[in-house]
Amino acid sequence: MSGKMILRRIALGILTLWLVSLVVFAAVIALPGDAATAILGKEATPARVAALREQLHLNESVVTQYTQWLKGILTFDFGNSAATQQPVTQLLNDRVANSAFLVFVASIVAIPLSILIGVWTAMKRDRPADHITSTITLVLAALPEFVIGICLVLIFATGLFHIFPAVSLLAPGEKAWQDPQVVVLPAATLVIAVVPYISRIMRGSMIEVLESEYVTMARLKGLPERQVIWRHAVPNAIVPAIQVTALQLAWMAGGVVVVEYVFSYPGIGAALVDAVANRDMPVVQTVTMLAAGVYVLLNLLADLATIFVTPRLRTATR
Amino acid sequence: MSDSTIDTAVDLGLEGAVEGAPSGPGPAVLQKRPWLGILRNALRLTRTRIGLGIVTFVVAVAVFGPLVAPHSPTAFVGVPNSGPSSNAIFGADALGRDVLSRFLHGGLTILWVSAAATLFGVGLGVLVGLVAAYSRNWLDDVLMRANDVVLAFPQIILVLLAVSALGPKLWVIVVTVGITHLPRVARVMRGAAQDVVERDFVKAAEAVGEKRSRIVMGELLPNVTSPLMVELGLRMTYSIGLVAAISFLGFGRQPPAADWGLMMNENRLAITVQPWSVLLPVLAIGLLTVGTNLITDGIARAAIGIDGRSRS
Repeated sequence: MSGKMILRRIALGILTLWLVSLVVFAAVIALPGDAATAILGKEATPARVAALREQLHLNESVVTQYTQWLKGILTFDFGNSAATQQPVTQLLNDRVANSAFLVFVASIVAIPLSILIGVWTAMKRDRPADHITSTITLVLAALPEFVIGICLVLIFATGLFHIFPAVSLLAPGEKAWQDPQVVVLPAATLVIAVVPYISRIMRGSMIEVLESEYVTMARLKGLPERQVIWRHAVPNAIVPAIQVTALQLAWMAGGVVVVEYVFSYPGIGAALVDAVANRDMPVVQTVTMLAAGVYVLLNLLADLATIFVTPRLRTATR
Repeated sequence: MSDSTIDTAVDLGLEGAVEGAPSGPGPAVLQKRPWLGILRNALRLTRTRIGLGIVTFVVAVAVFGPLVAPHSPTAFVGVPNSGPSSNAIFGADALGRDVLSRFLHGGLTILWVSAAATLFGVGLGVLVGLVAAYSRNWLDDVLMRANDVVLAFPQIILVLLAVSALGPKLWVIVVTVGITHLPRVARVMRGAAQDVVERDFVKAAEAVGEKRSRIVMGELLPNVTSPLMVELGLRMTYSIGLVAAISFLGFGRQPPAADWGLMMNENRLAITVQPWSVLLPVLAIGLLTVGTNLITDGIARAAIGIDGRSRS
């Protein structure tokens, strides 16, 4: 039963990605006038325009253009950057690794931290500690990520303290994990941006679980409170938080754009900003497909995780 | 028309009595302007008042700022990145223009672009959500599938995709920011309307032979005002963040315009020597989003209190 449900979910994910590819491809069609000239600018030599027309298959029908482009994506051939003539894969390789490292560091800090805050505020429900935390998360949830990032720069890099670098510069070929200092402030920005959302959901679901009969039962059995909370309540309270966590991690795929720009962090987000400014469509399309792929994959994983941890869904017929 | 309104009111009263919802002083009043009651209750909460105060202050700065600015936003008043002086209270920016004057001139664009994007996105989202909830057939599936496609793009990336194709124009930002809100609003409104669609007064309106468009706008819409108001506030907060971010990345107003996002972009590299030209717009945008979020939270709390049905 569950196998059929999982297959259906995977098929939906693939369908969504295919429709996404149509939208991303349409961006080139939407370029005003001749796409190659629009990308390269009016000063471009006819030879370069012709080469780009060839690369984007602009001389063929729209359907051929699309199928060629899709075939490229499926074989990890994203074409050449219109700005530097380098293959897009070569251009983005290190940057994808750097961005993945940034999101990874932010996630392994943000997820446990959110759970801790959620559980703690649920246990202190309606007491001053809960009210203060809820006000802080309400304020932080409203702040755009660049506001958080710039404030962190002013506090920890240039203004009050001089602990961390304000810009995340790396030597050519150096990876972010070889100089972890550059990751601290960008990761902290992402953490501060997502923790309010996850911890609020965690608090709500924890409160519901704490009021349930089986928690009362566990307490009546005389189990130590620590065990009641961490063995009985938390594993159940986490289930509704899985979906929100996936949404927040997927949000990071877009959040890195602004955060990397604030810190000049050498990742795909900063590359996307450059590419948009240069109308480097092959790079823009690749990064966009990547971000959408991450989103669809994370949601799929969250759905699967929810199915696996919820016995009712695991055995449900649908 | 008036007959159906009376029917609706009676039905609502009955529904209220059956469900134990507060039928209050005449359901007809509640039905007519439910949003007014929610607003009134929201204004009793301290957080709503603080939020309203903050938003009023920032909007006043943006609207009346140009009138009181000491210099032209494009005039050169000092050495680039020089600190505060008697001529320029907050110093000069990276090109030597007065930071305060550029700040006072730079708020309006973000405000109107965010407001326009919010109205556009929430308006379309409500329409799609209500039509999907009401149709309950293939149209519902198609609309929700289209929603999933838009949802697969992180909001800022979809806007950047459009900007890369169509250029950094304000209308592109209004439309695409609105479109990124659409599926999120539509999901909420569809969920809220699904209960309403099953109610008797909708069936009654169908039996009388009301047009579908009238049922969606006249019967469904007035009964989903509380989630609608919360969505408006929420999407406005996100719009401000998105529009300011796009402008901060350099794709909003173009130089030499005075704009909060562009100010941060132009001066961020000199943040060590001259923090004010970045700090002022950052503070203004941060305050504005916190303010709109406080108002939204107040409205959400008031809406729950009035509805009685929905539990937090």
